[in-house]
This record gives sequence, C-alpha cells and structure tokens, in this order.
Amino acid sequence: MSLTKNRQIVFFCFLALLVFLAPACGSGPAPTDMTKKDQPTVEAETAEPKSAPKTTNSFKPRAVKAKLTASGASFPDPIYQKWIESYKGVAPDVAINYQPVGSGQGRKNFFGGSTDFGGTDKYASDEELETFGKDVFHIPTVLGAVVVTYNLPDLEKIQFSGETLANIFLGKITKWNASAIAKENPGVELPDEAITVVHRSDGSGTTSIFTNYLSSVSKDWQTKVGTGDSVEWPVGIGGEKNPGVAQAIKQTEGAIGYVELIYATANKLPTPAIKNAAGEYVEPNLASTSAAAEGFLKTMPADLRVNIINPPEGEKVYPIAGFTWILVTKEQTDKTKATALTDFLYWSLTEGTKDAEALGYAPLPETVREKALEKLTQIEVAGKPAFKLPK
Amino acid sequence: MSQKEENSSFYEVWQRRTQHGDLLFGWLTLFFGLVVITLVFAIGYVVWSGSAEARDRFGFGFLFQTGWNPVKHNFGAMPAIYGTLVSSLIAVTLAGPLGILIAVFLSELCPLHLRNPLSFLIELLAAIPSVIYGMWGVFVFIPFFKSGIAKPLASTVGQWLPLFAGPVAAGRGVMVAGIILAIMILPTIAAIAREILAVVPNHQREALLAVGATRWEMIWYGVLPYSRAGIVGGIMLGLGRALGETMAALMVIGSAKSTIENSLFAPGITAAALIASELPNANDSLHESTLILIALVLFGITLILNILARLLVWQVSRGPVGTIRA
Repeated sequence: MSLTKNRQIVFFCFLALLVFLAPACGSGPAPTDMTKKDQPTVEAETAEPKSAPKTTNSFKPRAVKAKLTASGASFPDPIYQKWIESYKGVAPDVAINYQPVGSGQGRKNFFGGSTDFGGTDKYASDEELETFGKDVFHIPTVLGAVVVTYNLPDLEKIQFSGETLANIFLGKITKWNASAIAKENPGVELPDEAITVVHRSDGSGTTSIFTNYLSSVSKDWQTKVGTGDSVEWPVGIGGEKNPGVAQAIKQTEGAIGYVELIYATANKLPTPAIKNAAGEYVEPNLASTSAAAEGFLKTMPADLRVNIINPPEGEKVYPIAGFTWILVTKEQTDKTKATALTDFLYWSLTEGTKDAEALGYAPLPETVREKALEKLTQIEVAGKPAFKLPK
Repeated sequence: MSQKEENSSFYEVWQRRTQHGDLLFGWLTLFFGLVVITLVFAIGYVVWSGSAEARDRFGFGFLFQTGWNPVKHNFGAMPAIYGTLVSSLIAVTLAGPLGILIAVFLSELCPLHLRNPLSFLIELLAAIPSVIYGMWGVFVFIPFFKSGIAKPLASTVGQWLPLFAGPVAAGRGVMVAGIILAIMILPTIAAIAREILAVVPNHQREALLAVGATRWEMIWYGVLPYSRAGIVGGIMLGLGRALGETMAALMVIGSAKSTIENSLFAPGITAAALIASELPNANDSLHESTLILIALVLFGITLILNILARLLVWQVSRGPVGTIRA
C-alpha cells in the first residue's frame, strides 16, 4: 500500500511539474516582443495627466502614455538615466528604457529597428545611413572630453603638445625626460623613467575620439594606426574600460593613458593641459570642452555630424572633445511615441542641462542647442510635424 | 492492482491505461538529450555563418597570421591562439600536480577531523566567480608578482633566457594570467581528484600495506594508478575552464592583440578575452565577423583538446584496473 502511495505521490509531482512547465515554455518569448517595433506597446492617448506636473517651467509635455526603448553609448549613460528618472516627475506616463550597450551596438539596434532611438558617440557613417534608407537625425545631447593622465608621483604639473602625445603612444618617445617632453615643460624636473603606455582594451568611443585627435595632429599616427573604436596599438598594455585603464596607470609608475574627463574628475586624476591649434596649453574642464564645439560652428554641417577634434581656432579650446548624439528617424510611424520622444528630447536639452553640468558633462553651446532643437521640429508623423517649439 | 474497476481511483485507472511508463521515460530523456545536441549544433551554425565574411576574406592563413588592426582590416588569430594555449598550459602545469597533491593529502593523509572542513573550503573556492579572481589578481597579485617574482626573474634568469625577459613595467602579461588561471582551476582539479581517490577501494591500500609497503609506496603504487583515468579527466575539466575563462584573463593579461612576444612577462591576449572586449563595440561588420571567427577557432581548440583528453583517458585506463607498475 505504501508503495502505491509513494508512486501516487511521484505521479502527481510529475503532473504538477508538467503543469508548471507548460506555461513557462509558452511565456518564454513574450518579453522579447516588447522590443519589437510593430508591437502595440503604446496605448491610446489619455485625456489628462492624473497629477499636475511638478515643474515650474512653462514647458509641459503633452500627455501621452508611451514606452520608449533605446540603447547605445555608455559614455552618456549616467546623464540619460538621470534625465529619464527626472522626466518621470514631469511626464509620469512616459517610460523610457535606455541600455548602455555601446555605440556600435546601439547604432546596430537602432538601424535594425529594435529601438525607438539610439545613442552613439560616433556619428553614423554615410554607408550606414545609405543602407538604412530613411532619413535620420543626429541630435547632439552633451559633450565629452578625453583627457590624458599619468602616474609620476613627484611631478606636479606637465603639459603636452599633440605631436608629443602621438609620439609617446607610437612608442617613439620612451622616457619621461626625453627632449621633446622637456622642451614643452621648461622648468619642470622630469624623471629618468620609462614610459608605459596604457590604452583601452575594449572597443570604445573614448578611443575613437582620442585616436581621431592623434590622427589630426600626427601624419605618422594617421598612416600607421588611424582612427577607430578599436585600433592596433603600437605599444602598451590594455585596460578594460575607464576603471581598468586608471587602475593599470595607478599601479605602474611612469604610466600614461587616457580616460574620459568625467571619470578623471570623479577620481581626481591628474589631467595635463594639451596644446590646441591656436598654440595655447589648455586644461580640460567643462568650459574648455564646450568651447571646442564653438570652434566648429562656422563649418558645422546641417546634419550636425561633426567631429570637434582639434578646432582650428579658439584660444580657450580643449582639443580632445566630442559630441554624443541621439539618433531618431525623421518620419515616425507611431504618433504617441513620436510625441513622447520629441517632448523628452526637448525637455532634456532645455531643463536637463542643469543635471548635465551637475554630473560633469559639458553642455552644448547655445548655438548648437538651437540647431538641435530645430531638428526636433522637423520630426514628422504622417507628414505632419510631431513637435512645435513652445513660445 | 487487484481491485475492481468500479472501486479504483482515478490514479489507478490512469496507471492501467498508461502502462508504458518506461517507454515514456525513455522518450523524455531522449528528448532532453537531443535538446543538448541541437544546442551544440545551433551554436556551431551561428558561429559558422556569422564568421562567413571573415572566412571568405582571410581563409586558412588567418590561423597562422599575427596582427590585429581593426582599422586596416588586418587580422590574424595567432596571438590569440598562442595566448590561450600558453596561459592555459601554465595554469595546468601549475595546478595539475598541486591539485593532485591536495587530493592525496585530503584523502590519504589528512587527520579525519580536518578532512571535511578542508574539502568544503576547496569546493567553496571552486564556486567563486571568475571576476573575483580577476579583481584579486589586479589588486593583490599583480603588485606582488611585479616586485616579488617578475622583476627579480627578469634581472637574473631573464638576462639570458628570453622567456623571462623584461620589461615588466605594468606586471600584466601571459604569465600572470596563467598563474591566476591556475589558482582558479586548482580547486576544480583538487575537488575532482579527491572524489576519485575517495572511491578507490580499501583493499587496494590494504593489499599493499600487507606486503610491507610504506605509505608513500601505497599511494604511488596502489591508489594513484587506480584512479589515473579520473584524475586526467579532472585535469581536463580544469583545462577546459582555463581555455574558456574570459573575465579574469582579460583583467590581467594586458591585451596586446597583434603580436607574440618571446617573454612570458609581456602582455598578450586570449581568444575569449579578445571576443569579450571588442565584440560589443566592433568597428564594422568585418571586424565583428572576425571576432566570431575567433570564437570558431576557440570552439575548434576546445574540441581538439577534448578529443585529445578522451584519447588520453582511454590510453591510461587501458588494461586491468589498478595494475601495479614495476
């Protein structure tokens, strides 16, 4: 009898397991549906927001209930998350999900149609845009700078020209007291120490901006190494992401490397001044980074795809800086999504700039911001503009 | 089952109608077995088709070329293959004998009251995530290795043996990666070898002791030969973990992707680390395809080593179990 009972128990356990497994299998693919663009995740427009917006500003986002998915560059991730969080207070029914998967993957997701907007540190290439076919806007959001940092405990201050930096990273200058460095640092006592170059091991927009700068100041670098998210480094060791690079530098006396300005500021790393095209040595900070964008105002193309590396003029310009953009399609298919998206971007570029500065991002210069806002007004749904600038 | 139909419960009716439990169970297990096989083939297919662009472009020469230039599209797998094999080899060379010694101690020599706590600790080590080993490597081991091992070695032996030549400025390199991997796989090998030694029948030991063998002779002639197949299997499992290890290797190996240096203190790269570091932000489709090709190469390396391991296990387990070698 007890045997039968046991078997009975086993049998029902098995049945229970099957019952449990069946819906689990069925619901497997469900979450992925959310990322599909054609899935109706957006509900109809609601009449009125439930609570009055908390902001005192005149800008009130139109009341829509929408869910936006996005992915892309990790460099602006902290500010985007901050914006998304704060925007909930303004438009509680808009849920935005930004995943910092990296610029390259972000563009891929965006052009593949799995996200509503993409973030990228490197503007989309002509080839990418051509393959995509539809019109795409590049909306700059904030500016970032790449700084050089080093580990020489006894050295208070040092400065570099682009040429010298390129030669260090090419492995041509191998000692800290080399004449090229000494010439640029009169009065500074340089140690007789070997230079260890530290670079990023992962593909990164930071590397792209830095190598772009080195290419712009050194023909040698341009022909031997070139520009890219990942390049073939002639010398040195790789560290994973900003912390990996910083750690390797910290542990190695005589090391030199590059990290994002924000990371360097937050971790109080030494950031040498770099010589700009006007011949001035400029220390990296928010003002000198924003100034880099101003240096390119005259030559800025209409689609805002521009590298602001080494501006030809401007005395207070820090030369290693770059925009980070949000990618949106010109012709939107979904009215609620387009409404939510344009409102969010407008809010971020106006109200949000305070947050940006607080987090250490250089805000867009006024003129660039105007151009970015103008792009927003050109976004269309079914031939009609999705957004009008508030008066 | 002698009850009449009208008295029987639902369960019993059900049971009578489905008397082919064994058959059902057989099908069920077959199904799950096939799922695993399908998975392997699915992964193989994705890696094969994803790397088509790179395969067409580079061909077989890719395996033997050096260079890793995503800007100029000059790629070679040799540095990654070299880094993977050498770091894993260092790991197995260090961890294999040590792991066996640990196992011998635990199963043969350890005082009984220490055996369980120590075994537990070793199994705990095996469960630590690899990124923690990597972190420990970066913060604790590298500074020690640099000043305590690499620099003295480079300034003495390294003067005439290029394998240990300097400079060791940053301390990150193939050697460090190998040692960290060794520490990672040591508990795996030790734990498996201990289990294997624990099931060696006692008459093996008693027989040898009865003819006057010392404890060492008993272990060397009676216990280890009996369990060599299992120990080799354990070492291979450790090797597999070392080959595929990504995070810990990436954090300490220094990521020199384009060249092979003679010195073990020079930075290098492993296949898994290369993929993990560059795939999320690949420059273009060829770069991405090449990284997937590296995955295929790693797939191949693992397959070949596993086949070799299987052959080795067959080789060592041939003949009557526990043959005493003269």
